[in-house]
Amino acid sequence: MTPSRTPMQQVQASLARRRRKQITLQVLGIGAISAAILMLGLLLTTLTLSGRHALTQTHLTVQVFIDPAEIRADRLPRGGFDDVVTAAIAALIPGADLSNREGRREVSAISSNGAQFLLRDLVVANPALIGQTIALRFPVSDPYDQLFKGLIDRATPEANRRLNDAQIARFDALVAAGAVSTPLNWGLLFNADSRFPELAGLRGALMGSFWALLTCFVIAFPLGIGAAIWLEEFAPRNRISDLIEVNINNLAAVPSVVFGLLALAVFIGWFGLPRSAPFVGGLTLALMTLPTIIIATRAALKAVPPSIREAALGLGASRQQVVFGHVLPLAMPGILTGTIIGLAQALGETAPLLLIGMNAFLTSAATSPFDASTALPTQIFLWADSPERGFVSRTSAAILVLLTFLIVMNALAIALRKRFERKW
Amino acid sequence: MTYAKLTTSALALLALSAGSAAARDQIRVVGSSTVFPYTQAVAEQFANNTGAPSPIVESTGTGGGMRIFCGGIGEGHPDMTGASRSMRASEFELCVQNGVTDITEVLLGYDGLSIVVARANEFAWNLSLAEIYQALGAQVEVDGQWVDNPFTTWNQINPNLPASPILVFGPPPTSGTRDAFVELAMHVGCRQLPYVANGGFDSAWVNENCSRMRTDGPFVEAGENDNLIVQRLQADPNAFGIFGYSFLYENLDTLKDVNINGVEANLETIASFEYPIARPVFVYIKNAHRGVIANFNEFIEEFVSEDALAADGYLAERGLVAMSDETRARVQEAVLNAVSMPAP
Repeated sequence: MTPSRTPMQQVQASLARRRRKQITLQVLGIGAISAAILMLGLLLTTLTLSGRHALTQTHLTVQVFIDPAEIRADRLPRGGFDDVVTAAIAALIPGADLSNREGRREVSAISSNGAQFLLRDLVVANPALIGQTIALRFPVSDPYDQLFKGLIDRATPEANRRLNDAQIARFDALVAAGAVSTPLNWGLLFNADSRFPELAGLRGALMGSFWALLTCFVIAFPLGIGAAIWLEEFAPRNRISDLIEVNINNLAAVPSVVFGLLALAVFIGWFGLPRSAPFVGGLTLALMTLPTIIIATRAALKAVPPSIREAALGLGASRQQVVFGHVLPLAMPGILTGTIIGLAQALGETAPLLLIGMNAFLTSAATSPFDASTALPTQIFLWADSPERGFVSRTSAAILVLLTFLIVMNALAIALRKRFERKW
Repeated sequence: MTYAKLTTSALALLALSAGSAAARDQIRVVGSSTVFPYTQAVAEQFANNTGAPSPIVESTGTGGGMRIFCGGIGEGHPDMTGASRSMRASEFELCVQNGVTDITEVLLGYDGLSIVVARANEFAWNLSLAEIYQALGAQVEVDGQWVDNPFTTWNQINPNLPASPILVFGPPPTSGTRDAFVELAMHVGCRQLPYVANGGFDSAWVNENCSRMRTDGPFVEAGENDNLIVQRLQADPNAFGIFGYSFLYENLDTLKDVNINGVEANLETIASFEYPIARPVFVYIKNAHRGVIANFNEFIEEFVSEDALAADGYLAERGLVAMSDETRARVQEAVLNAVSMPAP
């Protein structure tokens, strides 16, 4: 009969196996994290690689003589602004021929269509400029922007290129004259949308998202907190309140496109609210954000220890005083964190906005929640489907802008939690 | 208390909305995603030239646009809709039912659908519509029998074609481009097969049997995003794509078109309908809104102006294939005189 092993021997015998399991678990864990980081890295790298081209915009600086023969003070804002700009560009290109229509088109196609309106606005603001020569800097049109950024390969056969040899030679003459520069593309943030990539910007989308989120916040925040306070602090525990709780949790999982259809039928169909308006978008997003806020608020209220309530009640405070004077202020950091995360979700939401028409093309930004507008995600959707080459990089840049906002909002939520969170 | 304030402002916002829903100073255009880039161009030019508030242009698809456009008369309904086919009788009836009886149909020009492959693919592709149908149809003729499509490589269809696998990225069923492709390429190609040509089938049979694209792999529905198809084609020289001519036009350095019946897709062949998968594009004007919606008449004038529609106009720069001078003159006259269209 073999002597039975002591407990120490048993432990030592199993030690190697237990170590192995521990290491396997760690390796798997690290592998999972690495895969996630790799995916994120891949996404950010492709976006940055493509989006960096949209961070600068090729500009042309020329001396424009505002010819009184073309532009007369008494006929503003009409006038031959495009001819004046074209003449100024042609002055830098040796051999440019402006005598026929074809030649003029070739030269004027180098400048963005926006150049003439830029000049017009300057002259309308200050008619004294007529007859003077001023330096004007404006974007070049998309094909030339692509050329200067090296995205059009000069080695491809002429017939397969967006620009032919003569067009490239003209642009090279402008480069040689020192008229071409690539400043930061502030227009990407401060211009409204345009069909020309070199003029298109996100101002309309940013304003639309701002108004929609403001509406969403103003509606969902008080409603959500109210509902959560009643459910958590006042509602009797019975079948009905259980049913409400289950439904709220379900509501948080409803696909967003369903809310879009609801909004289309109710807000636009019955109430007759305007299509494409950020206000309607905000109402729709509020429906989606409401369950998130209710759930976060209830969790935050639950986390406030009962001793606080009991102490306040013991000193003679009413239920209402307990809630608003003690529990709610203590729960506020948690509530705000939940709200910001809910709003960040709403910011990235696309499907319901497409259904209510917030993917309209507009060359001006909304000045109120009732003006038609796009939002950041729908603007990305619009640009992603545009044929012009310049929109490929602008789409990536717009996604980066959206991601930046999401990161800032989430960081704010974390900072709030860290700063104000209490340990009981 | 802040909560009370927030609630009050929410109510105030709601009340405000009731007032502002009534007044509209912006022109509203809906409709086809094919016409969308052209309407965009006119809207931007119009806003820049006149300083009027920028029109609201929305891409809803041809059918969706018709439904909204025909919803009624008044500021809550759009003024214009774009279409990549002419208005159907059922849509016109819907319009009439809702009081939209006076509509002007505007032919804008033509749009070509191109079948495209990367320039890295060195074969000089030239397909007949029948071959295209055989590559993409759900059911085809094999040895006199109507069977599920068995072809997986191009040389199985025609021995003169390369032995590369059939792989075509195309538009989803919700897209007007898909409707047009089925009608102009698939149906026509299907009718050319001996089984169908000699079988004495009526057009109902063709509609029923020749409209479905195969779902076993070689045809891939690529979503509405044509830029993604472009990238996919650049990565895989054996892959083909189906999309509007404007996307080919912007990417001619890396992509080339597949000739159809020996005809190359370009501005001339599309305008002359020599290239077989070309279609007219339209906008429809609600005449009851003329003179009622601010600046609407000026917007219409911009839409049919020489600057926009001529062969060297700014719509042609976006890929629209222009009409002949006589057709254009006729369209301009009809539009400016608000000639209403007859029931289709």
